[in-house]
Amino acid sequence: MNFWDVLISILIEHKENILRVHSVESFGTQDGPGIRMVVFLQGCKLKCLYCHNPDTIDTSGGQEYHVDELVKMAIRQKSYFGQKGGVTVSGGEPLLQSKALIPFLKKLKENGIHTNIDTNGRILNHFTKELLDEYTDLVMLDIKHMTEKGYEFITGMKRKETTFDFAKYREESGKPMWLRYVLIPGITNNPKLLKQMGEYFKDYTTIERIEIQPYHKLGIHKWEALGWDYKLKDARENTVEEIQEAVEILKNYFKKVSVN
Amino acid sequence: MEVKEIKKSNWEKTINVREFVVQNITPYYGDASFLVGPTNRTQYLWEICKNALAEERKNNGVRSVDTDTISTISAFEAGYIDKDNEVIVGLQTDDLLKRTMKPFGGFKVVQKALAEQGLQPNEHITTLFSKYTKTHNDGVFDAYNDEIRKFRSLGILTGLPDNYARGRIIGDYRRLALYGIDFLIDQKKKDLQAISGPMTDNVIRLREEVSEQIKALKDMLLLGEKYNLDLSRPAMNAQEAVQWTYMAYLAAVKEQDGAAMSLGNVSTFLDIFIEKDLLAGKITEEEAQEYIDQFVMKLRMVRHLRMSAYDELFAGDPTWVTEAIGGMFEDGRPKVTKTSFRFLNTLYNLGPSPEPNMTVLWSKDLPQNFKDFCAKVAIDSSSIQFENDELMRKTRGSDDYGIACCVSYQELGKAIQFFGARTNLAKTLLLALNQGRCEATGKLIVDGVKELKGEYLDFEEVMDNFQVAMKEIARVYNDTMNVIHYMHDKYYYEKAQMALIDTNPHIDIAYGIAGLSIVADSLSAIKYAKVKPIRNEEGLTIDFEIEGEFPFYGNDDDRADSLAAMAVADFNAELQKLPVYKNANPTLSVLTITSNVVYGKKTGATPDGRKAGVAFAPGANPMHGRDANGAIASLNSVAKINYKDAFDGISNTFSIVPKSLGANEEDRIDNMAAILDGYFDHNAHHLNVNVLNKETLLDAMEHPEEYPQLTIRVSGYAVKFVRLTREQQMEVITRSFHESL
Repeated sequence: MNFWDVLISILIEHKENILRVHSVESFGTQDGPGIRMVVFLQGCKLKCLYCHNPDTIDTSGGQEYHVDELVKMAIRQKSYFGQKGGVTVSGGEPLLQSKALIPFLKKLKENGIHTNIDTNGRILNHFTKELLDEYTDLVMLDIKHMTEKGYEFITGMKRKETTFDFAKYREESGKPMWLRYVLIPGITNNPKLLKQMGEYFKDYTTIERIEIQPYHKLGIHKWEALGWDYKLKDARENTVEEIQEAVEILKNYFKKVSVN
Repeated sequence: MEVKEIKKSNWEKTINVREFVVQNITPYYGDASFLVGPTNRTQYLWEICKNALAEERKNNGVRSVDTDTISTISAFEAGYIDKDNEVIVGLQTDDLLKRTMKPFGGFKVVQKALAEQGLQPNEHITTLFSKYTKTHNDGVFDAYNDEIRKFRSLGILTGLPDNYARGRIIGDYRRLALYGIDFLIDQKKKDLQAISGPMTDNVIRLREEVSEQIKALKDMLLLGEKYNLDLSRPAMNAQEAVQWTYMAYLAAVKEQDGAAMSLGNVSTFLDIFIEKDLLAGKITEEEAQEYIDQFVMKLRMVRHLRMSAYDELFAGDPTWVTEAIGGMFEDGRPKVTKTSFRFLNTLYNLGPSPEPNMTVLWSKDLPQNFKDFCAKVAIDSSSIQFENDELMRKTRGSDDYGIACCVSYQELGKAIQFFGARTNLAKTLLLALNQGRCEATGKLIVDGVKELKGEYLDFEEVMDNFQVAMKEIARVYNDTMNVIHYMHDKYYYEKAQMALIDTNPHIDIAYGIAGLSIVADSLSAIKYAKVKPIRNEEGLTIDFEIEGEFPFYGNDDDRADSLAAMAVADFNAELQKLPVYKNANPTLSVLTITSNVVYGKKTGATPDGRKAGVAFAPGANPMHGRDANGAIASLNSVAKINYKDAFDGISNTFSIVPKSLGANEEDRIDNMAAILDGYFDHNAHHLNVNVLNKETLLDAMEHPEEYPQLTIRVSGYAVKFVRLTREQQMEVITRSFHESL
């Protein structure tokens, strides 16, 4: 962990079995397989330019939930999960609250519920390792950018290799992973970068699919509501052709490419 | 060539369609790939129908009306769309989409409906009904007392079947195909003989009713003759089975114009005949589909003469030709057949449509291929609804049932229902806050409601008053129902349908409530926040100030949801205490059709923060926009209303944006099926499914001519969106469309 990771994880107060939650969506269909209860945790140390949930960034916000309360909610929704669905923990950055996530995901597993964590992969300590190895059926890892410069431009943070180390750790554990990649014309959507990503991950066996998330501006009003400056105002959304071209390139490297 | 032997046993000797189906069905576990498109003949006919429908729309919603003939089973000569291309024949009149007078429900309504078209009845008929004979409507108003009249005029009870036919009764139309009329008459004659003295009211009435039924059966023979069909004998092949079944249904809709005229559960039955002919090589899949397509086409052409005021409550000119599809037998086999698929396939072959009102009886044990196909059809057409087969079968006792009207269980051939519209439960709550006075007019409606003196509403005090108000409303509602059904039996008895039902069937009486979510949220506000009523100089509430937060019904939060469940249970308990005409069994629905708009209009501001005049949510739906935790939390809330307290049905209309249902078609189908499995696992009763973008609806409002077949589910039925009033369209658009990013 770098200095900032340590600092942030200390700054976020850890209460036993308490999660700081932004909101809970009972019908998630865009965050992992099947129908999912999505728990959006509060707090993220990145401030990605395109973040469509900027109101989840502030680590001091949110509402406290006892783990048991969330487990109870998940059990109420279990009958809808079918063969594929389950619970996704998203955010914010879930791994900032790894310690409290351990009992949460453990209890979900005890109730036969599929678990998924949607992360930027910036934290890898002994709590996250236990969480990932023991209780996380699926990890969705957001690959922000393939270059250090691009990574810093988007996230405001250095050391992109932290995320790649995380991917490597998951690969070594042999457990399933999806990659996610936000596609912005000119910034992340160019053939060179896509090929670079494909080359980097092509031998990974745990990657079941890569999910392209075409950039959209639906989050802008939230930035405005927070009084923050939205720096990507000039970026545009992809054309259908641009999305298709990216899919074609990635298909050469990944088992499954989906557009979300 | 294979010969499929029809198994014969007791069903041959006495009427027992269920046994015939159980013994001879071929459950189908495969997928939809065997289905075929429409034949040229079908397409040709449908083009004619579409043109006629366009003419109807252009002509103020009515293509033509016969003003000289009182419609009866055999009143009209044969009518055709295009005789040479029809494999299933029969229209209500001699022409397509021609409406008829059925004045025995109420002559004034017929006159008014005609006047709205610039027409009037033949003067002989006017003379007859003003001087010499009497209608159901006349009878009812002879017997109504002041109290009932007041409840009616102040909108406490609305949509009552006291000036039109009550409908809801489902004839077992399969009987005509399986037995033929001669056998059915023999059976009824035996029944009549067995009904003997002492000649009490009940016995006299029943003897008269059965005699009427026999006359209706004889009239059906005449109807058949007009189309060169010998209905005296059973159907001998697949084409005849479809034709005979349709003739039985046609007899019903020629005689009666009930609000809802359900079809039952014919697809499983018809499949036995189709399967037999297919195996014997007598027909092809194209022909099998053609029978069903043309049958369904005819069902889509059923029309009744309505006055425009009717549209407020039952918008879009519905006929509720409700057909139940799927479900399970008690022995664990699915009732799914290839003809279940063929019925659903008509929504592709002929395009989406509100009618027939296709209702899938859902069970977790249905074949996965069928589940997937139903999910696909729901997504593609927004034309079908789903009901919990497990729940109904296990609590109501039979696996051979149809859906009466929108959502109500009815055992086929063994039971009937007395339709009772609904009362306004939100207004009932306002009576509790206003000493039993109507909040709009100040008129005293119920006695014994104490004045609430506190600055803020006290939950216990409000509940005590609410109980008093509910008890009084239930009492008058029950009185009203008894009058209506007594008179309907007397002046507009459903002899054609009753001829196809066992003599002396079980009867459910179907009460209803509107405004449940308003009641739940209002009680929640009073209990968990502080609610200050704002009163005018007469002391009537005109608005409410809410201090603090409170949970809304629709978020899987027991605090609010239990209040909804409690209101239903309490009102039902009051109804159970009251004596009912013909010893019918009281049942309650949480279902509004489209009356949620007009009921809202007539109801003042409520303690949940809803302003005066704002539309209610439909059926048992949470109020628009208040279900903030996503679709599943919303569904789970509705599922908490106990079906045993609302045996007539709990309607929930679910609207979702396609993209939110899943990223691609495969995911959408999987997720749709998973939603249904999940919802019904919580013992929920009913779900309407709309998979639509709001933009489509907005565009359809601007360019209705481009969306003649755009169908949406409202509350327990489907309508063509362009036939709703602008107000109702707006209400649909402001509903919660579940959407996630």
